[in-house]
Amino acid sequence: MEKIERVIGTGCVLRGDNIDTDRIIPARYLRCISFDGLGENAFEDDRIQAKGDHPLDDQRFDGASLLIVDHNFGSGSSREHAPQALMRRGFRAFVGGSFAEIFAGNCTSLGLPCVTLGDAERARLMDDVNLDPTQELVLDLEARTLSSRRGTVSVEIPDGMRQTLLGGSWNATAVLLEAGKDIERTASELPYMSGFAE
Amino acid sequence: MPPDATRNLLDKVWDAHAVRELPSGQTQLFIGLHLIHEVTSPQAFAMLREMELPVRFPERTFATVDHIIPTRSQKRPLADELAEQMLQALERNTADSGITFFGPSSGHQGVVHVIGPELGLTQPGMTIACGDSHTSTHGAFGSMAFGIGTSQVRDVLATQCLAMARPRVRRIDVTGKLAGGVYAKDVILAIIRQLGVEGGVGFAYEYAGPVIDAMTIEERLTVCNMSIEGGARCGYVNPDAVTVDYLRGRPYSPRGAAFDRAAKYWLSLASGPAASYDDRVELDGNALAPSVTWGINPGQSVGVDERLPVPSAVPDGERAALEEAYAFMQLEPGTPIAGTKVDVTFIGSCTNGRISDLREAARVARTGKVASGVKALVVPGSQEVAKQAEEEGLDEVFRAAGFEWRKPGCSMCLAMNPDKLVGPQICASSSNRNFKGRQGSPTGRTLLMSPAMVAAAALAGAVTDVREVL
Repeated sequence: MEKIERVIGTGCVLRGDNIDTDRIIPARYLRCISFDGLGENAFEDDRIQAKGDHPLDDQRFDGASLLIVDHNFGSGSSREHAPQALMRRGFRAFVGGSFAEIFAGNCTSLGLPCVTLGDAERARLMDDVNLDPTQELVLDLEARTLSSRRGTVSVEIPDGMRQTLLGGSWNATAVLLEAGKDIERTASELPYMSGFAE
Repeated sequence: MPPDATRNLLDKVWDAHAVRELPSGQTQLFIGLHLIHEVTSPQAFAMLREMELPVRFPERTFATVDHIIPTRSQKRPLADELAEQMLQALERNTADSGITFFGPSSGHQGVVHVIGPELGLTQPGMTIACGDSHTSTHGAFGSMAFGIGTSQVRDVLATQCLAMARPRVRRIDVTGKLAGGVYAKDVILAIIRQLGVEGGVGFAYEYAGPVIDAMTIEERLTVCNMSIEGGARCGYVNPDAVTVDYLRGRPYSPRGAAFDRAAKYWLSLASGPAASYDDRVELDGNALAPSVTWGINPGQSVGVDERLPVPSAVPDGERAALEEAYAFMQLEPGTPIAGTKVDVTFIGSCTNGRISDLREAARVARTGKVASGVKALVVPGSQEVAKQAEEEGLDEVFRAAGFEWRKPGCSMCLAMNPDKLVGPQICASSSNRNFKGRQGSPTGRTLLMSPAMVAAAALAGAVTDVREVL
């Protein structure tokens, strides 16, 4: 599986705390049995209400690979449809103040890093990218840094997620299968698995 | 001191389910119970087919249909073709894999987090996963229950395991005693108001103290349900006699001597008297009033006797969030929340769609009639809940008062079925999320509160202090 060591591309600035997954992909688009096509509907209601003034409709951010957000991004519903929709719009990494845990876990399963940086540095990055959206950003997971035209800053990511991405084991099924019969052995030691038989 | 005295429940359950440490440093955790529904599972089954993998423990996965099911007529084919397609995919996937499916004709269909407990599937000391964030509900039994995404549903189907990092544990003691008209919903809304919607990131919440001890399992389910709204990975209550009593005689509970062995085991899992925690918080239960959310996240609530916050009076860092909420909610800062007019009322959901919720709401419904112009829905959490309520005549109480008595499902909690707000309607709701657009209209507005408070709002046509009605 592909090792995710670095994400390189331009950024898109999406401000606001507590942007929940209902906003990222409204529930009516969960009426589907495949994730195909979800990119079209990302942030649909927010975009309609912003009347064209939404970052996803801002042509200056076209083709961006890094979505730069504020605090508690991806809160609420566990729907993987949310990162799937953003991935289908071309985003390959999320840089923010903080992320809801299920969202960050879902992103990791898709090979999309969620990294955090401090409030002052994030505010500066947002302003910089907003002023100069064409600048290249380099997220380096090995070094835990984000580089922009201004320079390089440190970013944070829980170590388990980082190692999962760097090791190329983000599609967890294959890794979990490697445990083989240890899975059955663990199960057999749990009293409920045998219905509390003597 | 015996080693068990110093360990908390999470430590015990985690260690018992750890298959191995992964190269990433995460734990490969065995999942004892996997629950699935029609929205987040079809893609997981497709991925499994693509990888040519079977379901590893089909007897540990149970399915139901809840999110898309209509609450008026559940006649097949469903009127919504997409919904019908999803239901058929679930029927096919479960039949092909040998997974038990509690469909509409089973008598056990309902919101996945309502049926797990009532069937006795949810038991203390289990690890539980479901492709739904409100899986935290099941922690009420002293289980560790995680909401997961679809790729992780695939992982569990294929391996009965998840790759996870061990959360830290924050113990939340709720002291004192709740006043009449103050419910479990008010407790969890107060906790989220105090700790914030991202205060729980990285934590499991252990709920304890006299108020939690005095709660029924159904009340504890309400508290644990909204752990996710506080940002916590999961939430739990230590198993006690209340837990054991609830489980006795349930369809999937052990029987006879096996039940006695189970009960002993369950009780042994509770956090020891000298257990350590990463953080501790206390909340005064005596001081709680009925809570109502006024904003666009569940942390934005006030007591029903309070006024709405004024943006100029809060610290700079909090002002933008308040202003965004007011711009959407179109409410007036500084005014009392009581008296806010409502257009729709919704009683139901995995938070508050159980029989005790309906009983409390019916107590209020008996005192009057739904205000003219208010659309009032009651959606039982499961077919079992509906049956019990009908045996007690609660359906008639609701109908007589002008409420619509519907069939079980998630309904207007997230509006994936035909039950939706229209335009900027305001809904008093017993559900769990007041996010922008959550109840099906992009401009629809949600006020979260207890089921009894929702019933009181339905009768008055406005937010009302239920303590004045009961």
